[in-house]
Amino acid sequence: MASIIEVRNLRKTYGNTIAVDDISFEVAEGEIFGFLGPNGAGKTTTVECLQALRKPDSGNIRVLGIDPHTQAQALHRRIGSQLQESALPDRIKVWEALDLFASVTPNALDWQVLLEQWGLAGKQKASFSSLSGGQRQRLFVALSLVNNPEVVFLDEMTTGLDPAARHVAWDLIRAIRDRGTTVALVTHFMDEAEELCDRVAIVDRGKIVASDTPQGLIDKHASEVRVIFTTEQEDLSWLSDIPEVREVIRKGPRVEVEGSGPVLALAAAALVEHGIIPADLRVEKPALEDVFLKMTGHGAGE
Amino acid sequence: MRTLFKLSWVEIKLFIREPITVVFTLALPIIFLFVMGGVFGNTPNPGFYRDVGAMDYYMPSYYGLVMMAIGTVALPVHLAGYRERGVLRRFRASSFSIWSVLGSQLLVSFIITIVGSILITIFGLLFYHPHPPVYPGQLVAAFVLGTVCFTCFGFFLGAVLPSTRSAQGVGLILFFVMMILGGAGPPPEVLTGAMDVIAKITPLRHVIWMLQNPWLGFSWNTSASLITAGITVVAALLAARFFRWE
Repeated sequence: MASIIEVRNLRKTYGNTIAVDDISFEVAEGEIFGFLGPNGAGKTTTVECLQALRKPDSGNIRVLGIDPHTQAQALHRRIGSQLQESALPDRIKVWEALDLFASVTPNALDWQVLLEQWGLAGKQKASFSSLSGGQRQRLFVALSLVNNPEVVFLDEMTTGLDPAARHVAWDLIRAIRDRGTTVALVTHFMDEAEELCDRVAIVDRGKIVASDTPQGLIDKHASEVRVIFTTEQEDLSWLSDIPEVREVIRKGPRVEVEGSGPVLALAAAALVEHGIIPADLRVEKPALEDVFLKMTGHGAGE
Repeated sequence: MRTLFKLSWVEIKLFIREPITVVFTLALPIIFLFVMGGVFGNTPNPGFYRDVGAMDYYMPSYYGLVMMAIGTVALPVHLAGYRERGVLRRFRASSFSIWSVLGSQLLVSFIITIVGSILITIFGLLFYHPHPPVYPGQLVAAFVLGTVCFTCFGFFLGAVLPSTRSAQGVGLILFFVMMILGGAGPPPEVLTGAMDVIAKITPLRHVIWMLQNPWLGFSWNTSASLITAGITVVAALLAARFFRWE
């Protein structure tokens, strides 16, 4: 698939602070590409350079084949931007904002539909200042889509949304992608990246430390599976004889079997063979969070 | 182009929804009209008001007052606030050009100035019977130049003042100094010494003289119009030089 975004050796410093340190990546047409990292990792700076809102110190950027710094306005017309720090005039009404932002292009979307989709239909005549944080956030996403962009940049789109609204937002983002729009998503939510993104770049201290599909990252960097059950039986040494099992941890009646690959099936078979049929047998699979912790050595909130 | 007109229309609605700018640009000049008209009427008093009736003097002056209120209070606060709060950043990311953003403000300035001047004209004619303008064509030319001048002045202040608060502070000081000394307050003949010097360097003084001459039947004030044009060009250049989206 063709690359919609190509970045080579992007670098951006603020005084003595290196915000983005020699980042290179590509985003393919029609994918949801996530930038996952802790606050201050350089995610926002990176996507703002892509959107021609910041000037990089060095490096090569092409978005839709356009150099953001020589043709900023041409680029802005073809992309959608949901920015982390921005606002609308206090007294502008929701419909006025959408109508205004739709005017930048002749092939804008019907903003009535966007209002409906993003749960703002009842707020059409409300002023911007009267909206809650979540409503503002949804309005900004709707505004980023109203010009029918080929690529949309969403920076912490679900911050401030309640859990139900987040899941609605995820479904809508998938729908945007299914229509053919490429999505570049900045987030510090592990579940959001894992749930939504086709590919993820883990960004830490201005560098991309790993980049792959969420499952690819998990398989490569955190393949450990944990099988958990309870039993009163004392001797479980035969579990350790299974080659895929790395460690058996006992905490009173609770047993945790750590291993890789098909360890669940093998452990379960061995248990049945030894007459142990626990009703609470379950498996904990590694998540993107485990990869993140391993790659960065700290949690997303830090 | 479509964005320019849509944005202008939205900006007019925003203007009307903002009471403070409506007070300064539309209500205050009318209040002054009634106060000054009530005190001085329109009988010429030799030695004052360029030897014409006070209301003949003030009618074009209050047109200038509306322009000046836009350039010192309404526009700078609006633009600085837009930048401070990230509205300009939002506009830019959606491919609004600087010409749409500033062009819409220029259009709004014209509309507000015309509305304000019509209100002044109606109330003035109804209550104080000033003489009508002698050279309406020249008055229109002066009106256009004055409006553009103070709009550019507002662009300049809005570009250099970093925040809403600083724009309010600087804007209000300039508003009151210009209003009192620039020709919309006491008759210029009573200003002496330092007051007279300050009066002559306020843009409002020159805009008002430029507006008054065709109204009162004096010949076109070339020096005032050249100074106004000069202020316009310098303000526009500085605004372009210092304009920041964020």
